[in-house]
Parts: sequence; structure tokens; C-alpha cells
Amino acid sequence: MASACGGGGDDEQLLVFAASSLTDVFDRLETEFEALHPAIDVVVSYGGSSSLAGQIEQGAPTDVFASADLATMARVLDQADGEPVVFARNRLTIVVEFGNPEAISGLIDLTDSNLIVVLADREVPAGAYAAEVLERAGVDVEPASYESNVRAVAAKVSLGEADAGIVYRTDFTANGDDLDQIAIPDAENVIADYPIVVVREGDAAQRFVDFVLAHTGRAALANAGFELP
Amino acid sequence: MTDRRHTAETSRVLMVLGVCGALVFVLPLVALVVRAPWRSAGELATSGPIRSALWLSIVTSLVATVVSIVLGVPLAWVLARSRLPGRRLLRTICTLSMVLPPVVAGVALFLAVGRRGLIGEPLDRWFGITLPFTTPAVVLAQVFVAMPFLVLTVDAALEQLDRRFEDAARTLGGSEWFVFRHVTLPAIRPAVLTGAVLTWARALGEFGATITFAGSLPGVTRTMPLETYLALETDLDRAVLLSLLLVAISLTVLYALRGRWVGAALRGGGA
Repeated sequence: MASACGGGGDDEQLLVFAASSLTDVFDRLETEFEALHPAIDVVVSYGGSSSLAGQIEQGAPTDVFASADLATMARVLDQADGEPVVFARNRLTIVVEFGNPEAISGLIDLTDSNLIVVLADREVPAGAYAAEVLERAGVDVEPASYESNVRAVAAKVSLGEADAGIVYRTDFTANGDDLDQIAIPDAENVIADYPIVVVREGDAAQRFVDFVLAHTGRAALANAGFELP
Repeated sequence: MTDRRHTAETSRVLMVLGVCGALVFVLPLVALVVRAPWRSAGELATSGPIRSALWLSIVTSLVATVVSIVLGVPLAWVLARSRLPGRRLLRTICTLSMVLPPVVAGVALFLAVGRRGLIGEPLDRWFGITLPFTTPAVVLAQVFVAMPFLVLTVDAALEQLDRRFEDAARTLGGSEWFVFRHVTLPAIRPAVLTGAVLTWARALGEFGATITFAGSLPGVTRTMPLETYLALETDLDRAVLLSLLLVAISLTVLYALRGRWVGAALRGGGA
């Protein structure tokens, strides 16, 4: 049996930057990875993908970066040692308060000016995707706020402060108790590709990426509602 | 001789430490100036999003300052002069938001005046008023985090004020209102102005409570600090320029007023 404790005395720290839509999955993967590799201490920093990319551009000592779209990943590729691999896919959905009190049935209903709709800002992937979906559907929504990351959108709806928001399907899975979802038809929906990359070459970094791509990672992602490539 | 040498040494050590202390503030400022995209500055500064964010920031921070004066001066009077039980606890609560993480302030505001909030729910149900995601929400967030600067300053001035002036006016038959209006208020005027300037500066820089409670919509709730935060995610040049603009405004106002109001209040304590 291969020993997990190679010989290092001090814990090695592995800094992972992950899109906020990955929060629940990566929390779980962190625990399971650390159980497998007790000498490695995984620290995950969540945020809007573009904010994380900005931090990497500014020289944050990141080992692994998992982004919610390819465009944001492209910004950091000249600083990354590895090649990005798409490890998960996501789609958008409409979330409303539990029980759907405003009887929202689709994107077109979001144009009602009496509704408080929040979206993610266009500068983060979820916002760019939402804008794309609305454009495809030919729907013109006037949101009350452009939130700086997709989890903030879900939070405003589960707090009851907003009537509806557009988030990833997985955000609905994560907040299922407080929210209901109204599916967006595939013809109008987009597919969000999630790439992961080793930013700073290292044994632990590569192991973590392999772990996400392998069985445990895939199971956790599927469980959280992601589609697998 | 030794004494004098000691003195010289002491002042040298203090000097070095003091300069290091100043560098903490000066260096980041210099870095902003050095890093600023001067070539495209004019074009960036007059762009639509920055103009609307700047205008919104100026208007909301001024309104927040006026609200803070109207409510904060009486509050300071209650804290300094009234015999209300639990005044010490009240004073602590009223200044808590100075040290609270602003995001906590935002969450607390949601729970109080949000659509499902303690007061927010009846407001919404009976009057159809909802605060979150509106410009008044921005002002409220600013008042919440900035008013303590005014309350603390005025409270301290009232504590220091020689009560014999007020007592004398009362003995001469002045009503409470007359005493407050013609004796107390003129005496603490410098403190009110100092507090107002500090409150305004804090309100101008408010970020966490605003983005949590008021959201971020161009022209409605997206103030300069929010615009800066967003710019940082995609366009560092724009973020630097926005930061510099905010710094320039605050610096100008604080520096210009320091000699007059702020200085006078610190020297005289209003007496």
C-alpha cells in the first residue's frame, strides 16, 4: 500500500482558487483530498472567476485555478505552468422564492416591472452567460442589481429580497431548501465550461487536479448537479 | 551632557519610527500616482460609468452627512446630557458600526429594513415601500457606518463643555430649547463641523454595507467604491484611476478643512 505520508515534516500548503459556483463541491473535495494526503493542507479561496483571475495577474501565489468559463481562464494562461482541462459543465436556471409566489414560468415573466430581478454582473462569467441567454430568448430584463458573484444572486433570492434571479443549476441544488427553480429550455440555454489548470507546477497541485478529474471528483460534481464532459 | 545625548538619541529613534509610520500611508498613495494611466486618464475619467458613479457618490454621501447631523447631534446630546438609563451601553451600540465588518452591517440592515425585515416587512405590506436596491438604501448604509464619527466628536465636545455656561443661561430664565440653540450649539459648532467632515469622508468611501444591502446598479446604487471594485476584476487601469479620483477628492476636502474647522475643533474642543 502506497503511503500517503511521504516524509515531509511540515504540512505543505496548496492554494486553490475556485469560482464561487464551485463552493460546495470544492469544500467536499478539499476534505476528501486531505484525508487521502494528510501532509497537504488545501486552502480554497472562492470568488467571482474574474476577481480571482485578477488576483492571479497581480501575483497571488495560486497553485490551482478552476474558472467558470474559458474566457476568464484565458487571461491567466500565460502565467500558468499547466494546460487547462474542462472538468465540468453547467447550465443556467431561474431561481425564485420557495413556492414560486409570483408564479413565474419562464424568462419572459422576468420583464414584469413589478418584480425585483437580480443578475450577476456581465464582468463575471455567470452574468455574461445570463446576458447571452436573455439575448437568445429576445427578453429585455431590467434588474434591480448586478451582483459581483453568482452566489450573491442566489443569496438575495433566498433572503426574499429579490423575486427572481438567474444562476447556475448547481446554485439551485446548493440552495434547494429556500428556492424553487424554473428551467430555461435548452434551446435558449448556454453551456458553461469549467476549466481547471495547474498555475504553479508542483506535485501536490497536479495531484489535486488529477483528483478532481478522477472518480471522486466526478462523483462529487455530478452530485452537485454539474454535467460531466 | 549624558542627559542631552539621551534626549538626542530618543528623538532620533522617535523620528525614524515616526517616518516609518508615515510611510504606511504615503507609500500606497505614491504607488497609486505612479501606476496611474495618465495618458488615458482624461478619456477614462469622463466616461459615462465613472461620471454617473461619481455623481451618485457625491449626492448620497452629502445626503448621508445631512441626515447624520440632524439625527447625530441630538443623539450625542442624549448620550452626553440626558439621564437615560443604560447610556453607556447605548453609546457603545451607537458606535459599534465603526468597527463592525461592513458586510455584517449590510446583513443587519437586511434583517431590519429588508423586504422580509423586522420593520421592512410592515413597510412593504402597508405602504409598498421597499428599501433594498434603491438609492435611499445607499444613503442608509452610509449613515449606518458613518454617523458614529459625528456622534463621537460631538459627544466628546459636549462632555468637555463647561456646563456653567448652560446653567447660567438657565438661571437667567432661558428655556431648554433656548439654551441648546443659543448656548450649547454655538459652543460645539466646530465639533459638529469636524464630525460632519469625517462622516462625509467615511460615507464617500462606504463599500461593504452598500454592496450587500443596496446591490450594484449603475446610476442607482453603484457608487465609486463599487465601481472601483468591479473595475478591479477586469480593467486595472480603470480601477487605479477610480481609486486616485476618490483619494484626490477626500484629500482635497480633508486638507482644505483641516486648517479651519477640524483644526479649530481639535485645538479648542469647542470651548
